[in-house]
Amino acid sequence: MSDALTVNDLTCNFDVSAPWLNRVLERKPRQFVRAVDDISFTVPMGGCLSLVGESGCGKSTVARLVTGLYRASEGEVRFAPGRSGEPLSAQMIFQDPFASLNPRWRVKNIIAEPLRELKLRNSDAEVMERVGELLRIVGLAPSDGSKFPHEFSGGQRQRISIARALAGEPEFLVCDEPTSALDVSVQAQILNLMRKLQDEMGLTYLFISHDMSVVRHMSDRIAVMYLGRIVEEADTETLFANPRHPYTRLLLETIPDIAEPKRQRSITASEVPSPLNPPSGCTFHPRCPLADARCKSERPAMRSFADGSRAACHRVEEAVAAMTKSTQAA
Amino acid sequence: MSESVTSPVLDVRGLCVEFPGRHGTVAALSDVSLSIRPGEILGVVGESGAGKSMTGLAVQGLLEPPGRISGGEVWLSGRRIDQLSDKDMQSVRGRQIGAIFQDPLTSLNPLFTVGAQLVETIRLHLKLSKQGAKDRAIHLLKEVGIPAPEARFDHYPHQFSGGMRQRVVIALALAAEPKLIIADEPTTALDVSIQAQITSLLRRLCDDHGTSVMLVTHDMGVIAETADRVAVMYAGRLVEIGPVEEVLRNARHPYTRGLMGSIPALGRRVERLNQIDGSMPRLNAIPRGCAFNPRCPEAGRRCREDRPEPTPVGHGVSACWLNAGGVL
Repeated sequence: MSDALTVNDLTCNFDVSAPWLNRVLERKPRQFVRAVDDISFTVPMGGCLSLVGESGCGKSTVARLVTGLYRASEGEVRFAPGRSGEPLSAQMIFQDPFASLNPRWRVKNIIAEPLRELKLRNSDAEVMERVGELLRIVGLAPSDGSKFPHEFSGGQRQRISIARALAGEPEFLVCDEPTSALDVSVQAQILNLMRKLQDEMGLTYLFISHDMSVVRHMSDRIAVMYLGRIVEEADTETLFANPRHPYTRLLLETIPDIAEPKRQRSITASEVPSPLNPPSGCTFHPRCPLADARCKSERPAMRSFADGSRAACHRVEEAVAAMTKSTQAA
Repeated sequence: MSESVTSPVLDVRGLCVEFPGRHGTVAALSDVSLSIRPGEILGVVGESGAGKSMTGLAVQGLLEPPGRISGGEVWLSGRRIDQLSDKDMQSVRGRQIGAIFQDPLTSLNPLFTVGAQLVETIRLHLKLSKQGAKDRAIHLLKEVGIPAPEARFDHYPHQFSGGMRQRVVIALALAAEPKLIIADEPTTALDVSIQAQITSLLRRLCDDHGTSVMLVTHDMGVIAETADRVAVMYAGRLVEIGPVEEVLRNARHPYTRGLMGSIPALGRRVERLNQIDGSMPRLNAIPRGCAFNPRCPEAGRRCREDRPEPTPVGHGVSACWLNAGGVL
């Protein structure tokens, strides 16, 4: 299977310096946040890669870099040629269905905007016909087009967002936390709809979420991010069955499981450090139960394993090296 | 003495809340009955608009006018509190009922240090000297797991992270050693790894102090982890109450079963999630009979005509005609 999206050594710095006069008066230097730090990944055609991590780890920034809403400081984002021979067209579904729809526009105009802007239909009648069709695809009625966004519930608004994204006839969809503002029963409706659209239209998804159970349901492959870096990437089943990086284990450990009520968990008391001043070496070392002196000083490199997963951790690397040594000795 | 062990801390009987409006009166809560025993955590779940937060607010006497309690009784430790005057209710809040809200940033005053806010609350409710209150405040901060509490005492809310801020809010709720804490979505604004810290803190405080908690949340995971019993709400009504294991594994009400089925499981992967089609009715258009009947896969004629009363089933209570064993 070929790759739909290739991201190489992507880095994004944000200037968070104080205003010029303050810098001069208080003798402060310019300050930058490295929101995304040298990450590489690929998304296979027709597949779904998920980025997971806690707030502030840079997952939404990656989504915005991929769709071109932010400019990368370094590195490249490359889409493979799509059906037309041009690079794949991408669209985005945003997290908050209350903020991402213009409250003063009728739904039909919201959905028609990409059609008109990209000149995908010739006459206004054809545009409106397509709008009705899109509304039906996402499970709404064509007559809903003449209503305003406030007349819909959260789940229905997210359906409108999806219809708008589909209007541009994309082959690649970037979904930034599409269900985190929704109730679970509505979330199930939206996730089912997204899976159905993927099967029917052959869409490729880059899915961003902090919810491990949603990610597990949606994705083929998962990349775990921590403070702007990818710390582990693996196929969904491999990641859940055999998490390598201590941070992935922490994440999996802390998810409440409704199948196991009143489970006792070991809780680490620490919190995510500020990305303004990230820890040295492996950025996870202050929270890591396995950290040693090497983790504090040296940044671990990404290492690939036999089962196709990748992880950036000294201790995992050492454990694997010790195991191969012992099998060789035996 | 033996009575105080068994009698509930909070006993809500047939609570009804209504909002009179221009287009008629809307029943936000209709005949809600629940009780919480000492040291117990009762989870209240449901979709947005189901009336979970409304129940918490009504118990605390914090309904926004024109909303009012139109029926039923609220008893706190054997004392009826739904008819108290505003002034008397004020002394109940904080002293006997502590509150934790969703957003820790808006429930703390940004202009005062957390120490000053704690001392203010403590001295309002307990007869302590300034120094005594400060000692108690530091003790509380330590108890909720804030490192270096003496130094943190003089910090402002913006100097704390989200998880630490929520710990401060919990310390505030505990300040006067209330018998009951009403926690409204206490972990919704937090990351999962922090969320786990906060829920285990709540659980521990509950065990140590014998405080009862009414935990209002939409997150079934949090309920599974923390609660002893669960109350499930739908369209302003209670559809099911029972021990957490029973409700999660062996739900009696079709709505609860649908809700459980719609959560992506961690253990196994399915092609399609179970979904409940449609959405919850608006409160001014609740259907006749059982409020869930238009979305219920098992609804019969009786469900469309008569409203099911909550009836005891197993160790819990469920409001569904299926459990009554009658013909639908």
